[in-house]
Amino acid sequence: MNETTLEIPCEIPEDARNPVEPFLRMDRMPHIWCAGCGIGTTVNCFTRALLDSKANLDKVAVVSGIGCTGRVAGYARLDSFHTTHGRAIPFATGLKLANPELQVVVYSGDGDLFAIGGNHFIHAARRNMDLKVICVNNMIYAMTGGQTAPTTPGTAITATAPYGVSEPTFNLASLAEAAGASYVARWTTYHVKQLARSMEEVLKRKGFCFIEVLSPCPTLYQRRNKMGDGLDAMKDYKAKSKVRNGAPTGECALSMTGEIVVGKFVDRERPDYLELLRAQMTETLGDRYAEPEVSCCSEG
Amino acid sequence: MAKGFVAIMAERCKGCGFCVEFCPTRVLTLSSAFNSKGYHPPYPVAAEKCSGCDLCGMYCPDFAIFGGRHAR
Ligand SMILES: Cc1ncc(C[n+]2csc(CCOP(=O)(O)OP(=O)(O)O)c2C)c(N)n1
Ligand code: SF4
Ligand code: SF4
Ligand code: SF4
Ligand SMILES: [Mg+2]
Repeated sequence: MNETTLEIPCEIPEDARNPVEPFLRMDRMPHIWCAGCGIGTTVNCFTRALLDSKANLDKVAVVSGIGCTGRVAGYARLDSFHTTHGRAIPFATGLKLANPELQVVVYSGDGDLFAIGGNHFIHAARRNMDLKVICVNNMIYAMTGGQTAPTTPGTAITATAPYGVSEPTFNLASLAEAAGASYVARWTTYHVKQLARSMEEVLKRKGFCFIEVLSPCPTLYQRRNKMGDGLDAMKDYKAKSKVRNGAPTGECALSMTGEIVVGKFVDRERPDYLELLRAQMTETLGDRYAEPEVSCCSEG
Repeated sequence: MAKGFVAIMAERCKGCGFCVEFCPTRVLTLSSAFNSKGYHPPYPVAAEKCSGCDLCGMYCPDFAIFGGRHAR
């Protein structure tokens, strides 16, 4: 390698700054995520989506559960809540129903959303609750040391499966569709542009929306499985991904080394929870039905 | 002159190499120098090829790099 320094040999305009910074609590940087972890890359896509959707940032809230991904709530410079493990969706549901004008984004890990919180996920999807759920799927319980998750693919070595995982896994896209989600997409951290576009799309859309993002965890998933570092995972995503928009979700199961089908799988109109509730109340009570007053919304 | 520029906050970098690998015009390489945490941050070896596309910024998990276009 040529000898290089840290001096940058090109001119940088004085007022140039990183477009993600206004969306982050920069006083909390550096963040806790490992070298080559993909969570920060998903955050870049989310900030681009916020920018491009021209969302009113006073009306966007981020809710996370617990885990490495759960830290996103703490780093986002938005109204954000870092809730208890598995309970991001019930918390977000309460937030949405008390403040229907808020755009509520749930940002959490595969373990948080589909193991301890799996029950909440399927019922929020069934009700078509107006939530945008972003799941960073690193196929493991990362924060607690790499235990088997419902998403860990067969034969992988984990802290709780030293001889290899033998359980079948959830296909998250198929689960979300079957439970009733209005929108279902899957990308990887290699697909930054497509992911940002999907995030933008759901920010402008009503109903229960689910975006799964495959993301490297070099420290606790890949190391035990001799799968290299974060960059190796990114190259693997690039090599093994096939974009198949509209693919039947049942055909899109993931495995440890097989093809990764990505794309937008589901995009359908269904009345959401509040619309159904209003319709039923009006039907039954007629003029006696009054919309509940919204008391606690942010000022400007 | 290059169409774009790339700004690097070397101290924030963790040397993952995402920016180097996915820069479409191969502007970057990991530097031989270390930052204070012991990582090798990227270094523009072909700054004149930078289009300012900011893909490096979209990939960087540590918010340590971004690109932009020069005002003309
Ligand atoms: C009630 C409860 N049970 C267990 C835990 C321990 N715990 C914290 S994070 C976590 C799993 C996180 O996995 P995931 O949601 O996939 O997030 P990741 O760290 O992989 O991003 C567990 C089991 C907890 N904090 N609270
Ligand atoms: S343990 Fe894994 S998921 Fe957690 S910060 Fe490190 S690389 Fe990321
Ligand atoms: S992507 Fe970011 S953290 Fe990774 S090498 Fe480039 S500047 Fe450093
Ligand atoms: S802005 Fe684009 S062309 Fe310039 S270094 Fe970054 S990725 Fe490469
Ligand atoms: Mg996980």
